[in-house]
Amino acid sequence: MIEVAGLTKRYGPTLAVSDVSFEARKGEVLGFLGPNGAGKTTTMRVITGYLPPSEGKIRVAGYDVVDEPLEAKRRIGYLPESPPVYPDMTVIEYLAFVARIKGVARKDIKTRVQEASEKCAVTDVARRQIGKLSKGYRQRVGLAQALIHNPEVLILDEPTAGLDPKQIIETRELIRGLAGQHTVVLSTHILPEVSKTCERVVVISQGKIVAQGAPDELTHRLQGFETVLITIEGPAAEVMEKLHRVGGVQMVEPRDAADSRTTFEVQAEKGRDVRAELARAVVESRWNLLELKTSGMSLEDIFLKLTTKDVSEDSVARNQPSALLEGLHAEADRSEQH
Amino acid sequence: MRNVIAVAGKELRHYFHSPIAYLVMTVWAALCGVIFYILTAAFVSQALRMQMMGGMGAPPMSINEFIVRPMLQGILMVVLLFLLPLVTMRLYAEEKRSGTIELLLTSPLTDMQIILGKFLGALVLYSVLVAITFLYLAVLFFYGNPNARPLIANALGLLLFGAALLALGMWFSTFTKNQIIAGVLSMVIFLLLFIADWPQNFSSSAPVKVLAYMSLSNHLDNFAKGVIDLGDVVYYLSGVALGIFLTARSVDALKGRA
Ligand SMILES: Nc1ncnc2c1ncn2[C@@H]1O[C@H](COP(=O)(O)OP(=O)(O)OP(=O)(O)O)[C@@H](O)[C@H]1O
Ligand SMILES: [Mg+2]
Repeated sequence: MIEVAGLTKRYGPTLAVSDVSFEARKGEVLGFLGPNGAGKTTTMRVITGYLPPSEGKIRVAGYDVVDEPLEAKRRIGYLPESPPVYPDMTVIEYLAFVARIKGVARKDIKTRVQEASEKCAVTDVARRQIGKLSKGYRQRVGLAQALIHNPEVLILDEPTAGLDPKQIIETRELIRGLAGQHTVVLSTHILPEVSKTCERVVVISQGKIVAQGAPDELTHRLQGFETVLITIEGPAAEVMEKLHRVGGVQMVEPRDAADSRTTFEVQAEKGRDVRAELARAVVESRWNLLELKTSGMSLEDIFLKLTTKDVSEDSVARNQPSALLEGLHAEADRSEQH
Repeated sequence: MRNVIAVAGKELRHYFHSPIAYLVMTVWAALCGVIFYILTAAFVSQALRMQMMGGMGAPPMSINEFIVRPMLQGILMVVLLFLLPLVTMRLYAEEKRSGTIELLLTSPLTDMQIILGKFLGALVLYSVLVAITFLYLAVLFFYGNPNARPLIANALGLLLFGAALLALGMWFSTFTKNQIIAGVLSMVIFLLLFIADWPQNFSSSAPVKVLAYMSLSNHLDNFAKGVIDLGDVVYYLSGVALGIFLTARSVDALKGRA
């Protein structure tokens, strides 16, 4: 439903997003997780057609956002980081205006406004001026605005930011309820949030994707491995076998293969540097060792920059890294039970 | 078109939800009233004096010449230089400040539909001002017999003059997130455009002639006299087109496209 391929965005000399590629499938909720300044907002602005990409192709519901912007925009509902509301309008006036510019047929506007207000629980303030609403209500009006034309795709930039714990839970429930009928991409820098709302996560840091997968998949990768990338010229199957037998190695996975050379991702026990032993094993077998390095980007380092405490939880602050991992495990377990 | 009207309607809502519309209308109506009263009183007293002096041979004084023309040309024009920036300053600056520009630019609207909608909204409010002026002038029909034909030219001139200012003011509003800065910038530029023909009084070099052509006030002369000159119409319409074109360029640059 959303295909982003090789997206790069520069603001003048600043590189905000670099070669980002991912996909969101129809009906799924995709989480966009990253610390502050990672490039989440920038990516969303490019997908919604607010900013043009410096490089790369973006397609929404089959339409290229650069070549056919209007067709793509018709199918997108977008909640920016701060809700784009006009404080002098009432909620009804505002939603009716948004419905009109989003191309809702005149005769359907009333029912659409009604439905969206009900879904986002703003009916009781429908005739109030938006400027006089609380932050939480304003955020919900923003969400109603994004839903107003019943778009196939919803892009939500930190939809729970600034809400109180009760509102956060309600908003997450609302978003989960939208899955299926809508494809949702939401951004957050709150670690537990993704496991609660998303089926798949893209982790982004400093403009680059550093991991993607299901939330529990990511937790496994977080269990504290030392990751080493090794490129070898030799018979792939045998090499793999051999690497596996090196002491301390827990997992070997082929990552890249070209001709007779293969790059493997080797995960070893925490705190154990297996590089010397790996190299020896390769050389003993007379294969060619082309490259050997520790994986530059440590997922854990990135996760440490994320907000690990969820305001909707009444638990005590967990700021120990190990506690953070336990927290994520618990989340993953809970979401499996769902 | 539907989209243009939706945006225009939104702009009008903003005007009437805020004090801006009422402020502009009140100031305008009051000033029009005062100016109209003074000019009419002066006209009446002078007409009486001429009668008493028994100047039967002199041609009758023209209401159009003595009341309408100075009103438009001399005074209202200057008032507009300060009043219209209040109308245009919010158009883009406020959307940029509040982030609602993101809503507009991610909606299935073309940039031009948004620009025309905003311009139209401002123009409708301005048309109300013009209508107020001509309500006053309608009074003249009860007490005298002004020539109606020139009044059409007068109204058209005032409308075109204002439209050009609105389009340019909209452009200035794209430069900043701050309404006040946009407003002050518009006033300064409008004033400069207004006095652009002054150097003509002491020089007649080519650049001075160009400046004089650009002057906003020069082109209202004919309209104020009650004459519709195609050249003047083209001048103001070019001003409108230029303002809209520059706004489009500026919005484009805003998105980092240019
Ligand atoms: N308009 C801009 N001009 C210049 N640089 C920008 C602009 N907008 C964002 N950036 C830079 O691009 C990078 C990515 O910013 P972005 O807003 O996309 O991050 P984010 O992931 O949304 O962060 P946050 O969690 O704080 O919202 C940052 O380094 C930021 O400073
Ligand atoms: Mg952001």
